[in-house]
Amino acid sequence: MTAPLLDIDDLHVTIPTDRGDLHALRGAGLRLESGKTLCLVGESGCGKSLTAMSLMGLLPRKARQSAGRFALMGTDYAGKAPKAWANLRGRDMAMIFQDPNQSLNPTMTVGVQMTEALRHFEKLSKAQAEDRAIAMLDRVGIADPRSRLGQYPHQFSGGQRQRLMIASALIGRPKLLIADEPTTALDVTIQAQILQVIAELQDELGLGLLLITHDLGVAAAIADDVAVMYAGRVIETGPVAQLFAVPAHPYTQGLMVAIPVPGRTRPGTPLPAISGRVPGLIGGVTGCAFRDRCALAGDGCASDPLPRHAFASGGFVECTRPSLSETRP
Amino acid sequence: MLSFLLRRLVVALGVAVAVSALSFALIFLTGDPAIAIAGSGGSAGDAEAIRLAYGFDRPIVVQYADWIGSALTGDFGQSIYFNIPVSEIIGNRIPVTLTLGMLAFLAALAIALPLGVAAAMRPNGFIDRFALVLAVSGQAVPSFWLGLMAIVVFGVWYGLVPISGTETWQGYILPVLVLAYSAIPELMRITRSGMIEVLNTDYIRSAQAKGLPTGRVILVHALRNAVLPLISLSAVQLGILLSGSIVIESVFAVNGLGRLAWESLLRSDLPVVQAIILILSLFYVVLTTAADLLNAWLDPRLRGGAA
Repeated sequence: MTAPLLDIDDLHVTIPTDRGDLHALRGAGLRLESGKTLCLVGESGCGKSLTAMSLMGLLPRKARQSAGRFALMGTDYAGKAPKAWANLRGRDMAMIFQDPNQSLNPTMTVGVQMTEALRHFEKLSKAQAEDRAIAMLDRVGIADPRSRLGQYPHQFSGGQRQRLMIASALIGRPKLLIADEPTTALDVTIQAQILQVIAELQDELGLGLLLITHDLGVAAAIADDVAVMYAGRVIETGPVAQLFAVPAHPYTQGLMVAIPVPGRTRPGTPLPAISGRVPGLIGGVTGCAFRDRCALAGDGCASDPLPRHAFASGGFVECTRPSLSETRP
Repeated sequence: MLSFLLRRLVVALGVAVAVSALSFALIFLTGDPAIAIAGSGGSAGDAEAIRLAYGFDRPIVVQYADWIGSALTGDFGQSIYFNIPVSEIIGNRIPVTLTLGMLAFLAALAIALPLGVAAAMRPNGFIDRFALVLAVSGQAVPSFWLGLMAIVVFGVWYGLVPISGTETWQGYILPVLVLAYSAIPELMRITRSGMIEVLNTDYIRSAQAKGLPTGRVILVHALRNAVLPLISLSAVQLGILLSGSIVIESVFAVNGLGRLAWESLLRSDLPVVQAIILILSLFYVVLTTAADLLNAWLDPRLRGGAA
């Protein structure tokens, strides 16, 4: 069996603050196979974006990181110099961000921004690099690409800018694409188009896609696997169909019932929300971080480490009393 | 870009006309020039004779048209005090002040720009703290005192440079450095704050995510955006430096425009004062226009018009 594209285990990130160390990632883990899509879901502040930044080697300077395993394509970089991992950036892995309107340099032409990495890494000539950029722009659905290379970002619409970001990220033919809420800043009608473009290119290029989203609808639509993150840890993961059909962690269940379903959710009735708040992560948390909000919480929930139940169909849940009444293989 | 260029030049021309009219009118606002020329010992008859001789009796619009028409050909009239053409006096002073001002500006920029960038890369780091100390002392230490100290230490004690005058190039060293020192703080702080702001933007994160070398991220992606406010400020700072510093020129006995303006005011040498005001204000018009054009060249969003 070949090694997974991305294999992260026991990832810790600590950010020093005035009030003490913020233990933002507390042993997070991820696995992604080539050509597959892993959706990382969770509420704001759970560490999704920080995980992406850690993967890209773009953590804030004062952040401290450690990992049990930090591997891309079978090579483990845990414990190696950060420089070795940073060298993968832009070649083996690329990233697109939430707000395409802020993510392009307003003072540089689209052509330069798309080709500069190619010219740097692959030592292509200007003409060669521009040919690649034109092909890529055409691929993501920008009309008349040749003439648009000389234009500036403000001459493109929001949806077009995200297409530019996608083209710019994929022009170097990376193996892994990290997309951090790539459609959140866009109109709903544009969102589907952008996801469509990403999915098509993923097939063509055999990309592994790590999609960060808080939109479970998006996850259901395009994920192969889903990882649910809570307070800096992945608490449940598994193939999308199984996880959505039989969510095992009380938190995952809470997320699921909070989605309005046309026909089933009666208008006027409040959606069930998960009560309580995410615990503060300064100074760290032991045991289950969800136990204060959990209706099922009991004595064992403060134990550390928590028991982990693996499913035969892949994935796991980290909970002392997971709901396993319905059979999830 | 071309239409922006034309629009900006038309505006500049308008400003230049308004400024020249104002500088001309200022002379009449300060009192009757004929009486001023006649001096304290002059009689009413003398003043009347002078008024006729200089054409002060004509309508002010005619006088302005006459003056600006001559000025455009480089003729600013005769100095009342020296009784030689104003253009000759000013012509001797301008190169001195321009040399001093330009060198001081370049020296200030050469220090402020890299220091501001380095300070922004690690706010509150060692370089940032050092730069802050330099900025505060640059603003707090008066330049006449610094100039005198520099003369004492480097001119008198060590004899490295001439203590006054600009007959040799060595004479420029101290005034340039002292003048630059006063211009550094503002230039550096605007570089630092602009750079800090830009380094926190999403597009810098995108550039880093592409795997570009740090040098390219900082010097191409970030600096291009961070220098926009610096350029606008530089136009003003350079204008101040080119106007000639009365203090610096006096301390170092430099025969520049600043001292000439000051002395001419004391001597009521109106044609000289008028000419200097006009020339200096035109400096500002040219500099701010150049800064706007440079900014528009760097930032396409500023060009407006057809997007």
